[in-house]
Amino acid sequence: MITFAETIGKRTLTAINRMGRMAIFLAGTIASLPFPPYQGRRIVKQVHFIGVRSLFVIVLTAMFTGMVLGLQGYHTLREVGSEGLLGSVVALSLIRELGPVLSALMVTGRAGSALTAEIGIMRIGEQIDSLESMGIDPVKFIVVPRLCAAILSVPLLTAIFDVVGILGGYLVGVKLLGVNAGVFFGGMEANVEWSDIANGFVKSVVFGLIIAWVCTFKGYFTGRGAEGVSQSTTSAVVLSSVMILVGDYFLTSVLL
Amino acid sequence: MSVQSWVCEPCAIDKLPVGDGKPAIRLVDLEKTLDGKKVLDGVNLDIPPKRITAILGLSGAGKSVMLKHMIGLIRPERGQVLVDGVDISRLSRKELYHARQRFGMLFQGGALFDSLTVYENVAFPLQEKTKLGEGEIRERVLSRLAQVGLEEARGKYPDELSGGMKRRVAFARAMVTDPEIILFDEPTTGLDPIIRNSVLNLICHSYHQHGFTMVMVSHDIPDIFQWCHYVVVLHGGKVVEAGPTAEVVVSVNPFVQQLIRGDITGAVHLM
Amino acid sequence: MRLNVETVVGLFVLLGIVCLAWLSVKLGKLEIIGGDYVPFHAEFASVSGLKKGMSVEIAGVDVGKVESITLNDYNADVLLKVRKGISLQEDTIASIRTRGLIGDKFVKLSPGASDRLIPPNGKIRETESAVDIEELISEFIHGSAE
Repeated sequence: MITFAETIGKRTLTAINRMGRMAIFLAGTIASLPFPPYQGRRIVKQVHFIGVRSLFVIVLTAMFTGMVLGLQGYHTLREVGSEGLLGSVVALSLIRELGPVLSALMVTGRAGSALTAEIGIMRIGEQIDSLESMGIDPVKFIVVPRLCAAILSVPLLTAIFDVVGILGGYLVGVKLLGVNAGVFFGGMEANVEWSDIANGFVKSVVFGLIIAWVCTFKGYFTGRGAEGVSQSTTSAVVLSSVMILVGDYFLTSVLL
Repeated sequence: MSVQSWVCEPCAIDKLPVGDGKPAIRLVDLEKTLDGKKVLDGVNLDIPPKRITAILGLSGAGKSVMLKHMIGLIRPERGQVLVDGVDISRLSRKELYHARQRFGMLFQGGALFDSLTVYENVAFPLQEKTKLGEGEIRERVLSRLAQVGLEEARGKYPDELSGGMKRRVAFARAMVTDPEIILFDEPTTGLDPIIRNSVLNLICHSYHQHGFTMVMVSHDIPDIFQWCHYVVVLHGGKVVEAGPTAEVVVSVNPFVQQLIRGDITGAVHLM
Repeated sequence: MRLNVETVVGLFVLLGIVCLAWLSVKLGKLEIIGGDYVPFHAEFASVSGLKKGMSVEIAGVDVGKVESITLNDYNADVLLKVRKGISLQEDTIASIRTRGLIGDKFVKLSPGASDRLIPPNGKIRETESAVDIEELISEFIHGSAE
């Protein structure tokens, strides 16, 4: 019994310790932001990796998300005779929830895992120590550009996701199921508020931060060898996804 | 070996130069525990300036850990790391980064940046840490690459290089900032004997050209004795023998003798 | 043509910003330039169901939106923003209507015939409150409706 309690206590302490280390890591990264050297070129490179190369998967998932929203929404709304609300339903679900959350999850899966693996390999290959030995701050060099790029890329990808998703909903709702185009867009314009878009934007910025934070942290403090890197990559994806979904709830409740 | 035009005369045992002046690096009562294991347990050591010192010991004896203490990559729990009388284990981050400009370090396997070409790897410390112009950087990088015989490979990426070539690029990178002290973490591990000797030869040749203080962690017994002035033997977190190569090879310490002969039985039993 | 990383990233950022701008301006009705709208007040006995941001229409054409709803002396004071260039006569009637049976509420403006116009920030005097469907139905059931 005592050993059981001991185990729980130890686990809790380890978890708290890990949270503290993650917080310190983020604080250290943000604290180094205002100081030169600025990593302009490296940020561009990372935007290319995180943003541009996620574009295809974002457009694809957005299109199908919008289409299924159109399909589901149409059949549900028809039962209460309000097909006219289809545009609003599609746009509001995308802008407020699905756009930010799904984009962030796709970016985690596509780019976040790669970030962790890349940094993890730099760690086990002693490239991070190598930077240190040259007197170059590895956080500044490795973490900062990725953090900036993620905070920039995820909101842009989310905006693209929203627009493509609305297009998908339009194709299914209007072109396939015959909802009037004017009603579709008219309802959308009438019911979407600026605050909806602002909320979605705030969420996507926070999600970008979560992805970069968790994935760089897991890579930076990876375990030994190839096994360590694979474990870090898995746990980075899981933790980042969980934090996005949990964070989404709290952000929604705060922003509403 | 004699195919290379600049085969270095091994730093032979009988031509040992006399040590001069203060030690370049002095370790005082260094203690460090990693993962619950005492890796360094009161290490006291002087690294002579402008000489090649080899650190020998069994795997896991704390050789690499000791080397990383010398450049401040690891901070000790107790003790001092004095570089020119300054304890670098107590410096702030900024001061430490400044102090590291006097160092070059070659990591196990080279630790080259995968996303950069050979040229970019060698140019990297100059671009990041100095205000030199592109032209001057190019000149210095190419001269260093020529020194290690890899001018032709400058456009290649690290994964296109063999193990020996990676070490040579890493060596060029360690030298490019003209440091006073170069640390080598197992520069020849995993290389075949010919490549190994050519890398050691290259290191020795550069020593004669520039007069660096060099510290090398190595497993290559007995080959390494041809290439170093001083030998330090580490065992159980302590220095068991340190001195000029000629003295260490005839040491009466049973562990040192076992290590040199590679005996299975002796002072330590591994199985 | 081989595009370099910078160009591709530039295009990506541009695309993202265009999407964001479309969402903000077209759907979010973000007013980048102020002064496109003229404010008018209208007091209603009841605005039940009307919310901020809902549309203002003249002859079925969207001409503005509800900017705010406040309580003023137990009446609802609605601030309407009407697109610039549309003049409202003094006898304009503002009424709250419902789109369909259970649809959204909106403010309908019926222009009058007076020569005098309501100045910006002025008050629309003639108003018709929201029709409460539940009340109507209950009146009908209890037979008090004519």
